[in-house]
Amino acid sequence: MLTVDRVTVTYDRTPAVRDASLEIADGEVLALLGPSGSGKSTLLRAIAGLEPATGAVRWDGDDLAGVPVHRRGFGLVFQDGQLFPHRDVAGNIAFGPRMQGTPPADRERRVAELLDLVGLAGYERRPVTELSGGEAQRVALARALAPRPRLLLLDEPLSGLDAELRESLALDLVGVLRRAKTTTLLVTHDQEEAFTLADRLAVLDDGHVRQSGDVVDVWRAPADERVARFLGVTTVLSGELVDGRVSCPFGSVDLPWAPAGAASSTGAAASTGAASTGTGSRGSGSSGAAVTVGLRPHALRVAADGVPGEVVTRARRRDHTRVTVDVSASVPGVSTVDAVAAMSETVRPGDEVRLALDPDGVAIVG
Amino acid sequence: MAHAARGLSRSARRGPGSRGVGVVALAVLPVAFLGVLFAWPVVAILRLGVTDGGVAATLAQAQTWDLAAFTLGQAAASTVVAVFAGMPVAFLLARVRLRVAGWVRTFLLVPFVLPTVVVGLAFKALWPGGGVAAIVLANAFFNVAVVARTVGGLWAHLDPRAEDAARSLGASPWRAFRTVTLPALAPALASSAAVVFLFCSTSFGVVLMLGGGRYRTLETEIYLRTVQLLDLPGAAALSLVQLAAVVLALVVGGVARRRRERAAPLRAPATTARRPAGRERWVVGAALTVVAALLVPIAALVVRSLSTRDGWGLDGYRALSGSGDGALSVTGWEAALNSLRTAFDATMLAMIVGVLAAVALVAAGRARGRAARLAGETLDAALMLPLGVSAVTVGFGYLVTLDALPGDLRTSPLLVPLAQALVVVPLVIRMVLPVLRSVDERLRQAAGTLGARPARVWWTVDLPLAARSLAAAAAFGYVVALGEFGATSFLARPEAPTLPVAINELISRPGEPNTQAAYAACTLLMVVTAAVAAVIDRLRTPNVGEF
Repeated sequence: MLTVDRVTVTYDRTPAVRDASLEIADGEVLALLGPSGSGKSTLLRAIAGLEPATGAVRWDGDDLAGVPVHRRGFGLVFQDGQLFPHRDVAGNIAFGPRMQGTPPADRERRVAELLDLVGLAGYERRPVTELSGGEAQRVALARALAPRPRLLLLDEPLSGLDAELRESLALDLVGVLRRAKTTTLLVTHDQEEAFTLADRLAVLDDGHVRQSGDVVDVWRAPADERVARFLGVTTVLSGELVDGRVSCPFGSVDLPWAPAGAASSTGAAASTGAASTGTGSRGSGSSGAAVTVGLRPHALRVAADGVPGEVVTRARRRDHTRVTVDVSASVPGVSTVDAVAAMSETVRPGDEVRLALDPDGVAIVG
Repeated sequence: MAHAARGLSRSARRGPGSRGVGVVALAVLPVAFLGVLFAWPVVAILRLGVTDGGVAATLAQAQTWDLAAFTLGQAAASTVVAVFAGMPVAFLLARVRLRVAGWVRTFLLVPFVLPTVVVGLAFKALWPGGGVAAIVLANAFFNVAVVARTVGGLWAHLDPRAEDAARSLGASPWRAFRTVTLPALAPALASSAAVVFLFCSTSFGVVLMLGGGRYRTLETEIYLRTVQLLDLPGAAALSLVQLAAVVLALVVGGVARRRRERAAPLRAPATTARRPAGRERWVVGAALTVVAALLVPIAALVVRSLSTRDGWGLDGYRALSGSGDGALSVTGWEAALNSLRTAFDATMLAMIVGVLAAVALVAAGRARGRAARLAGETLDAALMLPLGVSAVTVGFGYLVTLDALPGDLRTSPLLVPLAQALVVVPLVIRMVLPVLRSVDERLRQAAGTLGARPARVWWTVDLPLAARSLAAAAAFGYVVALGEFGATSFLARPEAPTLPVAINELISRPGEPNTQAAYAACTLLMVVTAAVAAVIDRLRTPNVGEF
């Protein structure tokens, strides 16, 4: 188990990571998610032993302060692979086992095993300079896994690849990590990557670990508005939670996962009931708790019923249409919101639409 | 990955100061080498001069400063010529996939290795009046190879896609070169220009032959005063001026280098060469023109070695094989063998010292502490000094000091190799350092996370990536040692002269047969050099990848 205990990394007197604490259980994949410049790569480098830091990095309780990089047994995959250009594919993958003094025959077997694992069987003698980006990243992963590291550190491993490749490689990577059962820390700014790969999530912002926990828990209940916004929330409203049902100006939905009595101390709902909503029942009234509701774009869908507004902009995505809708006339205090429309829907700027609430896109903040 | 660039220091968590200790251990041998074989003899000579008085008087003379000005001026002019001639050749070596490139790489070593006296003679044959232009051209003639091979070595490793990117942003080929490639080449360019400048400012044989009585440099004046006028205080004073000028040049060069030296992403060299297209052909044409120009004096030498009073003949070569006819104490062939052996020893010594120093300098440059960086820069400059100090001073210094060491080094057969190594070490460092510095830190970190100790990282990552430069440096060092004349002429035992010493001996004797034999010996030296260079170049190529 890896324990990161109040680690601080300072560059030229500016702290890049401040008092960061993390834990990764054996076999678990933790994604360290944060915007660029949040210090996540720095924290990863500190864990690898590549960056001087204060605080403690422990493995199974042993402080690694005096343990140099090459004795930590932590594998590292860089964003751009950093394969050794003077060695072929097998030479790269066999590097770690060679450092461990593995006999050549075993090394060969291990190389073949790993190439098989990453789906590049038979690539042994290829020069690494002739690999495509995706192949190079697979080889880099195989190289890092070859010496059976106790912890695998992935530094934005898919960011250098094109979208389609990224998606398929992410899925492959899930399989590889499951099969290899390697404890993994993944650094990424891409939520999709984090969700695809990780069991747990830690959100790093401005050098601080703002929140960590189960991926779905963090997704549903971001710790604060900053985290929520980084996790895709575009609209933040006041709402009310009653018996697992959340109400906000755009309507109410059942959120069975919502923590009973989850409450933010922030003031009461700003303007409930300003518009009539499709589901409209708000009978139980005052006994609920005030909460902050975060809406991702797909929490609001263009529908037949709902809160009316005027389309301001429209952008087509791969599987939906993204719109911004001016709702200032129907929801006081809110000007525009992000929403989605089905591909079949023809919406144009200036169109009058209605927005319905979808529970999948709703988060409880705080 | 901006962090990676910022976080170059990896001293990290490896117990406090352990890295510093390593750097110091690496630097011990180079520092000791420099101290015993350079600083001590030179200081001894300077003291000899200073204690006799008269230094102040020499410094007060206007003539002294005229000499200094002329020395630096001709060196600067020669450097400019060498750089402009060397750049197209570097392009040819690095980026052009043509058979001729390989031949050019090998051939370039020939001018560089020729004994200065011989080149002086060759240019005098072409330019009977001598003069400043002849001096500058002759100095440049030697040093085109330094620029072309040093710059070409880095160029071959540069990722050409940066230039492609610039082209796609609307830059003309020339603009792309100027704004993208040239800055990336700056470390190698500055390094080689510094070396060339030092070589030219201590150029001896060329100035002696082509300057006549009119043009003298500090080096020839020191020689004159030490050997002929026995004016040691005067020589010491001039040595001081030379030393000061050289230190100044090194400091300026060091500041310029530090500002420009940045890690450039390196690629395996094979992927960067391509057939020339469009205007690149003009550059290749320019490179070949430079090569042709370099051939002229060499051809003149060969022609002279073959022409006798009555037409063509091999009289000169025949004279080489016999020690009779009052020629030499040994045959020309024996002298050639001597040269090969001595140069081999010198190269081994220089590679050990030079590579250790380069590794220490790289480590010091990456260190976080300012003190370590400062120490590195000081060592860097100090290791260049031997290039800039008169070989005459050093050679003479050996005779004065080295008997104090146990086992009297003065009679040891290692003396000449050590002296030659002193000249070769700075070259090795300048050729190896830019490439070692350019190795991507993250590659080394990747090796570290895979379980490689720091020494192992060096052995498995840095060394193979720098292999080409190391081989080039060794080849270069070898041929420089082969042709070294100044210190060797002072130190070689009479019964074991090297080829350049033998040549000088032959030239200084009257009579056509002797001159003939000298030219024949020069040709022999050229052939040996070309053969060695070809062998090393061939050995090296398959080794670029795996180690």
